[in-house]
Amino acid sequence: MNKNFKTEKTHQLVAKTTCYMCACRCGIDVHVKNNEVIHIEGNRDHPVNKGVLCAKGSSGIFQHKAASRLQKPLLRDGERGEGKFKEISWDKALEIAVKWLKPIRKKYPEKLVFFTGRDQSQSFTGWWAQQFGTPNYAAHGGFCSVNMAAAGIYTIGGSFWEFGTPDWDQTKLLVILGVAEDHDSNPIKIGLGKLKNRGGKIVAVNPVRTGYNAIADQWLGIKPGTDGLLILSLVHVLLNRKKIDLEYLQLFTNAPFLVCVSEDSEDNGLFLRDKDGVPLVVDQKTSKLKQFTDKTVVPALTKPYKIGKKSYTSVFSLMIEKYLDERYSPSNVADECGIPAATINGLADQIADVAFNQSIAINQSWTDFRGKKRDRFVGRPVSFHAMRGISAHSNGFQTCRAIHVLQIILGTVDVPGGFRFKPPYPKPSSAHPKPHFNFGKDRPLDGPHLGYIAGPEDLGYREDGSIARIDKAYTWENPMSAHGLMHTVISNCYNGDPYKIDTLFMYMANMAWNSSMNTEETIKKLTEKNSDTGEYIIPRIIYSDSYYSETVAYADLILPDTTYLERHDCISLLDRPIGEPDMVCDAIRWPVVQPDRDVRGFQDVLLDLGVKLQLPGMIKENKEALYESYADYIQQHERRPGVGPLAGFRGKNQSSSGRGAPNNNQIECYKENGGFWSEEIPLESQYYKPWNKSYQKWAVKMGLYDSEQPFVFQIYLEPLAKLQTTRNLPKHLKPGKELEKRIFEKMDPLPIWWSNSDPERAKSFPYHAITQRPAAMYHSWGSQNIWLRQIHGSNKLFVSEDIWAKHSFMDGDWAKVTSETSSITVPVALMRGQNKDTIWTWNAIGKRSGTWGLANDVDESKKGFLLNHLITDLLPEKSDGYRWSNSDPITGQAAWYDLIVKIEKVDNKKKLSLPQFPTIYSPIATGKKVIK
Amino acid sequence: MTNLPKCENKKLGLLIDLDICVGCHACVVSCKEWNSSGDTKQLSDINAHQKEPIGTFLNHVHSFEKENKENNESEPFYFPKSCLHCEDAPCVTVCPTGASYKRPEDGIVLVNEEDCMGCGLCAWACPYGARELDLLSGVMKKCTLCVDRIDNHDLPEEDRVPACVKSCPTGARSFGDFNDPNSKVSKIAKEREGVDLMPEMKTKPVNKYLLPRIKSNFDKEFNEEENSDLNVSGFLSWVDKALDKL
Repeated sequence: MNKNFKTEKTHQLVAKTTCYMCACRCGIDVHVKNNEVIHIEGNRDHPVNKGVLCAKGSSGIFQHKAASRLQKPLLRDGERGEGKFKEISWDKALEIAVKWLKPIRKKYPEKLVFFTGRDQSQSFTGWWAQQFGTPNYAAHGGFCSVNMAAAGIYTIGGSFWEFGTPDWDQTKLLVILGVAEDHDSNPIKIGLGKLKNRGGKIVAVNPVRTGYNAIADQWLGIKPGTDGLLILSLVHVLLNRKKIDLEYLQLFTNAPFLVCVSEDSEDNGLFLRDKDGVPLVVDQKTSKLKQFTDKTVVPALTKPYKIGKKSYTSVFSLMIEKYLDERYSPSNVADECGIPAATINGLADQIADVAFNQSIAINQSWTDFRGKKRDRFVGRPVSFHAMRGISAHSNGFQTCRAIHVLQIILGTVDVPGGFRFKPPYPKPSSAHPKPHFNFGKDRPLDGPHLGYIAGPEDLGYREDGSIARIDKAYTWENPMSAHGLMHTVISNCYNGDPYKIDTLFMYMANMAWNSSMNTEETIKKLTEKNSDTGEYIIPRIIYSDSYYSETVAYADLILPDTTYLERHDCISLLDRPIGEPDMVCDAIRWPVVQPDRDVRGFQDVLLDLGVKLQLPGMIKENKEALYESYADYIQQHERRPGVGPLAGFRGKNQSSSGRGAPNNNQIECYKENGGFWSEEIPLESQYYKPWNKSYQKWAVKMGLYDSEQPFVFQIYLEPLAKLQTTRNLPKHLKPGKELEKRIFEKMDPLPIWWSNSDPERAKSFPYHAITQRPAAMYHSWGSQNIWLRQIHGSNKLFVSEDIWAKHSFMDGDWAKVTSETSSITVPVALMRGQNKDTIWTWNAIGKRSGTWGLANDVDESKKGFLLNHLITDLLPEKSDGYRWSNSDPITGQAAWYDLIVKIEKVDNKKKLSLPQFPTIYSPIATGKKVIK
Repeated sequence: MTNLPKCENKKLGLLIDLDICVGCHACVVSCKEWNSSGDTKQLSDINAHQKEPIGTFLNHVHSFEKENKENNESEPFYFPKSCLHCEDAPCVTVCPTGASYKRPEDGIVLVNEEDCMGCGLCAWACPYGARELDLLSGVMKKCTLCVDRIDNHDLPEEDRVPACVKSCPTGARSFGDFNDPNSKVSKIAKEREGVDLMPEMKTKPVNKYLLPRIKSNFDKEFNEEENSDLNVSGFLSWVDKALDKL
């Protein structure tokens, strides 16, 4: 009875491109037949996913064929929020956009506010905004994970995820903290499997035990927002046990740097430097000062120094003094963190044992940046990985700094078995651009919008003291806001604060729903009119998206984007690269099928607008388009001579890597190579990269930097010390009096922890409320996908056993959850594996009725819900009379996970989650009932 | 009634490692993807964009919490489940039309859809709930171990594995011949004492599960003696001496 199964699936064209279902950017094989996508699977040769593919990637076919896809450019034909549009041609759409944008650029370019969400072309969109001349550009990092990124860049010249990775092949103990199951999703899963099969151990710190946390050897169900305290307690124990890597601290970090500790001096808090600005250290042997880079120096860690009346002490001494303090002893932090002292002690011991008793080495000679030859790479096989769970708090920047300091004292960064950088990282803050704010009529901005400040002189104030950016990034309220603050944009545009704007232009960011704090309030700001003029307070909104998301209805002009299988893209080293510790990589997307609708890739549209607006860099001398298309830009554009969006197959003979002349056959080369390019780093350059001469040379050759950039890790962050010293600043740069105390306290140059919760508030709102990312979904895209919505079709509020019992909840019950500003009514479920004072739900499953091509009465809108309704961008008024921003005081990162609530059981006969919003009219048809 | 053949050559099946399954659903969706794409379209979705969507999935991941008696902690785990290709497959013997059958050469349990009348007896007989009646076509669907991949010589050899095995990011799923003691799946199953699901049902499932490994616990009571009794200045002088020795 043998039956033959059909095998036609293999006789089709296999197009190798890059997934877009999350930010992991795996290689995919797309099987295509007659311009139709038949099947998607992982690309075995791809460095990111090596053939595997997650649930999101495997359901990409229904992202591509989604019912919610926009069909044609739309012009609003009703009130904002109604969802009534008329279809217009692209000619008409571009004509309208140009009519709006042209006078802005001529008269006041800052009145264009351009922010992007799920944008994987930030080096391009940022460049476009720079050429337009507006200072108001950023992507969504401010409400995502800027604490993690900025703390990492400032401290070690990189961070987790796209910056680096645990050494999955050699690590023996992995500690993960607050890890969302999306970023770097497949590499982490591949790595966890490998690690456990090798007998390695995993410790997971997370209030909720799902996903990766579920397979960990030990789970620490921490109280949200206390990760920094736990980490500093581990530092305390390790110091106490003398389990630190002294040589690593001495040679590769700023531990030996000398800090001025004379309070009267204007240098107080700053490093002792020579006349060329090179930091000085005391030599252990001679007790004399030497440049830290000196070939012969043996840096001392403990010796103080005095010059005249000025006293200097080492960073190391300051660090010891701070963290040996009993404040950080396990027994003193246990209650606050919700973790027993024995667990903290045991974990510290385990870390120390693996780092120091089980160290490994690779016999390979290398030369350090001081010129000293070394015969091996010593490795301490403990690694860490952390994500948004620890960073989306108002103490997140310092917490993220703390985890790097923990790694540094163990000597585990960029060593075998530890955390390893992926090119183009490491890259210290000093090798990144500074932010630029100088705008003016009819000209480009003076440089890139976003970057890393070195002190108050780099802040975003104009000479008259006014704030340069609409989101108030780089102001004293959040001086290191390296990713901008998209979450403040709608509020500030509405309030005309710091100034009135003309056009708000957004790309793929669901700001009228799951990406905003206090969604209801945000919707009001988008729709409110000036009572005198009858005009909208935010005058014009242009929006580009592929799908009918909740935000589309609030825009005036819609520029419909393609799906990820119909467009060109580059996953560029200039942007948010993919990469591996042993290789440099980048990748492309290309149109494996042609759109069946009247839509265009957003980047193509931006270039077209650029030509129509005559933006420099996008036009030739004869004013015609310099680039035929975005694909042409990808191949021809040079950011610096010889360095462009793609690093592979450059030069006339298509064989140059990193640097080389543009190649107009480059995309074809990528396609032939499987959609990506990679080149191995030579073994002698693979470790100790920040200090490894041969890596530095290789990185220059590859175009990652233009000159060698060796640096030492910044345990003590001098730019923070500079921000603390405000007395001698020129008037336009001085912070307001109300901020002075906060600035001094929070900008500690050594990582600190403070509690986000006020004991008084906690009495009325005793529980923490957070979201987790399901592995099978990513933001708002998941629950429109006809397969994924069968996995997580409606979300419940998971409560701990304690809370369940206290409120006598039963299966099928509903609860009213109340924060300091609003309430939601939601279905509850019991989950035991979570912190006892925490409630949680899956992120972004709730949908607004009428959107995303779904029927009006689906569970996603009738039972699903968001926590966003409970969260506000401004905290309730404090005793000082101010409503402080609900964000990190250093970077401005949105503090989503600081939310505190109370909960009560309610009788909800209608079984409807609250709040419910009116159904939006949909310009696209509801998706089919039956798919076969 | 359909008779079961003797499968003496091969026993193909899956080895599923519950120790490293993170419940990501990659296997569920990639199974659906392969088995509903292209020419073998067969798994329907009803109410795809409406309330209460119901689709046919051949593989599911269930999540459970079990209590660790030693420390009272809850240990969540994920449990992927699809047809186990039983040696004594009750779904085959119960089939009134002979549509359900077990391939003699490798023991894979399959359904000849042309002969299936959708009576549902096999679903009733299967103790694992591993069969799915496709509501649209009215025939019974089940895991085929992707016979159209594993038998498919147009695919490169390394791809001739079920879609779920290829996609699984943690490597929690392996495919092979449990009749061959030297196969990778047999060796690992032996070494890690792979178990049958519900052996008391006497269906002799071919698929095996590896149970979660014993978890390490690093807790340690505070031991005064291990801590240095040094204050800051004492600590610094220890460092100073240590550096002199480096």
